[in-house]
Amino acid sequence: MKLTPKTATLLVLAALVAITPFFFPSGYYYRVGALIFVNGLAVTGIVILTGYAGQVSLGHAGFAGIGGYACALAPVHLGLHPALAVVLGAVMSAALAWLVGRPILRLKGYYLGVASLGMGILISMVLNNERWLTRGPDGIDVPDLGLRGVLKDWGLNLSNGEFWYFFSGIVMILGAWAALNLHQSPTGRALRALHGSEIAARTVGVDVSRLKLQAFVISAVYASVSGSLLALQNKFITPDVAGFMHSIEMVTMAVLGGAGSVLGAIFGAGILTLLPQVLTVFAEYEQMVLGLVMMLVMIFLREGLLPSILRKLRGTGE
Amino acid sequence: MSLLDIKGLGITFGGLRAVNEVSFSVNPGEIVSVIGPNGAGKTTLFNMISGVYLPGAGQVVLNGEDVTGMRPDLLARRGMSRTFQNLQIFQSMTVLENAISGYHLQERGPVLADLLGLPSSRRRSKAAEEGARALLARVGLERAAEREAGNLSYGALKRLEIARALALNPKVLLLDEPAAGCNAVETEEIDHLIAEVAKSGVAILLVEHDMKMVMRISSHIVVLDHGEKIAEGDPATVSRDPAVIAAYLGTEAENADG
Amino acid sequence: MSELLQFLFSGVTVGAVYALVALGFTIIYNASDVVNFAQGEFVMLGGMATVFAHAAGLPLPLAALVAIVGTAAVGVALNRLAIEPARGAPVVSLIIITIGASIFIRGAAQLVFDKQIHTFPAFSGDDPIRILGATILPQSLWVIAGAVLVFVALWLFFTRTLLGRAVLATSNNRLAAQLVGINTNFVMTLSFALSAGIGALAGVLVTPITLTSYDVGLTLALKGFAAAMLGGMGNPKGALAGGLLLGLLEAMTAGYLSSQYKDAAAFVVILAVLFLMPQGLFGRKSTDRV
Repeated sequence: MKLTPKTATLLVLAALVAITPFFFPSGYYYRVGALIFVNGLAVTGIVILTGYAGQVSLGHAGFAGIGGYACALAPVHLGLHPALAVVLGAVMSAALAWLVGRPILRLKGYYLGVASLGMGILISMVLNNERWLTRGPDGIDVPDLGLRGVLKDWGLNLSNGEFWYFFSGIVMILGAWAALNLHQSPTGRALRALHGSEIAARTVGVDVSRLKLQAFVISAVYASVSGSLLALQNKFITPDVAGFMHSIEMVTMAVLGGAGSVLGAIFGAGILTLLPQVLTVFAEYEQMVLGLVMMLVMIFLREGLLPSILRKLRGTGE
Repeated sequence: MSLLDIKGLGITFGGLRAVNEVSFSVNPGEIVSVIGPNGAGKTTLFNMISGVYLPGAGQVVLNGEDVTGMRPDLLARRGMSRTFQNLQIFQSMTVLENAISGYHLQERGPVLADLLGLPSSRRRSKAAEEGARALLARVGLERAAEREAGNLSYGALKRLEIARALALNPKVLLLDEPAAGCNAVETEEIDHLIAEVAKSGVAILLVEHDMKMVMRISSHIVVLDHGEKIAEGDPATVSRDPAVIAAYLGTEAENADG
Repeated sequence: MSELLQFLFSGVTVGAVYALVALGFTIIYNASDVVNFAQGEFVMLGGMATVFAHAAGLPLPLAALVAIVGTAAVGVALNRLAIEPARGAPVVSLIIITIGASIFIRGAAQLVFDKQIHTFPAFSGDDPIRILGATILPQSLWVIAGAVLVFVALWLFFTRTLLGRAVLATSNNRLAAQLVGINTNFVMTLSFALSAGIGALAGVLVTPITLTSYDVGLTLALKGFAAAMLGGMGNPKGALAGGLLLGLLEAMTAGYLSSQYKDAAAFVVILAVLFLMPQGLFGRKSTDRV
């Protein structure tokens, strides 16, 4: 049987999620794994926006903030089940992305960067300042999702770490599956076409602003759900989730690993999530090493880590 | 009324009149060539007709509808399609995907269906792919289908652009120097292809520097110089026109490398 | 009335700093088409290096000079080691490179210096000057004068000197500049040195008012970037106007509306300007050539 790139990617991801726990020396690693998957989900959205459509956002953490705070606030104030709060957050993020995206996606390159940056900063400012609602910079508690309890009743007894590891892993794989579907679909082709040449895409009938907007909205939903998962698994959230550095982290993970492919971007999420864990030994040098890695990869491995590694392995010099 | 009517089209860039008061029309099955020395405003004219530039004056009428300054994607829906002088290929996509993208208007559908990979989405892709493969065969690129477009030769990319433009099943096709940078054999292939497309009833507007090709295939020629139309007519008439000869002789040196 | 004047004073002071940072952005952008997110770190380096050189026993003016020259050297190194090798990379890669550089410099600063908040004495004392019921610090006048001086000097440099014109020519068309014999590599080096030096000067001037620490760079970079965008990226006059405008807006918002949302006002206005004038206030409209 011929393996399509889509099936191959999904198999690799599924294998990673299923097999790595056998090598975990302690329960703590489930937490790290879950964090990688949550970031992997957000980064898959960036693949659609930046890798496919070629648009840069420096404010996507804002949507993660909306997703996260929806899980903290909606159950308390609206009496929604946390699972529905995730959906509410995603809908709100999509609506905001649609509203903001219409005017800002006319902008190109750095101008789009600053506009999305402004949007992200505004969201994080609201989360920081509206203490009556969000309790401000100290953060707020998030209720339990409750799914682990349900599984327990069905006889599947997982520790909290195990549950979030597998649950986030499954959601990330679902996200990857949708992004891969999109890649080979008419919409995905049109997005990649406008990335290649906007003017040529227009002449074959692509409504460029509409498609950019779709990519922006979809990637906002990915970011939002990832923010929700983060809030739910930590049972706590702070406005940092919406901060500028988190936006940069998302873009960096995607581009570092290889924004053109889902697997590459998730690989990047893995590396950048693990890096601080490894570097805790030399905590003082953490920032320097992070900055250095960002520069070196972008200078010497322009396509990103994974595509460059794969090319080396194949030994082709295309 | 013709299929495409250009009425008094003009544009200025920073006070400089790039194109001024140009009018002509194109009928189905006709090949109309726009010629002129370098800098005569041919590509600018194309860009105005195809909605890339907003004309400062005049009208573009397509099939009786005023489409002046209309967005290129809306023009595409009305049956106008074009190629570019300096290739606009989707470099990191495969040759096949480039050709399929020409079917965008036929294959597009709800984005949710595309995300979920629903059968309807796959059906749309499949139909477009079949059409694209047939088109690639027509321009002699079927064996390069799976290659990344960026790796193709210049001549091959020129043909790929024509294939992509044909995928729209256009009523009007604008070709901006389709044979530039191609060898003699490739030029002749493109030549045949254009004639064949015209025969099927498509109105073709052509900018080309290869005079032999222009004289051979055009049914009508429009001559521009310094943004103005200085002559118009069938190939024989135009080639004898003293104004045309003067314009070309006066700029022979710059034209030699174009 | 005196209240308005007071807000005006603080707005112009902050705005002058933003204008200097925005000028730094503009110079590098013109020379290399790169938006240098490490621009704020130059301001931090200027302030911190002066603090430590001064503490080590150098007189203040000499300490400031050492800091400015040292920061300019960092700017040159940044160009040589990170920007030049990445020539032609897509916008998103360049953004990551310069943000990486900014994180690296910040990390290095917290090792070389420390994590404390620092300051040094104001140049002309701390007695506020009274004007029409409002007050202004002498140091604010230093900041404003510094910005004006830098702007005039740059204007003279770009319009009156051969070297300055060479820089402009390079920013217009790098290849053409090379063909007429301009050493574009030197122009790049010069631009980064100039931009970093101006950033450091801003740091030196403003530290007695706002204090400094290893992590002040990021916010300044974002504000300076926003100011440069507001004025239209690549236009020195726009950078000056954008910086002042941003400073005034922040001061007015903080004074009349809400100090918590003073940063918000700036970004709201930037969004509004970009919506209405996608090229910024003074930017030129670009046309794609196909």
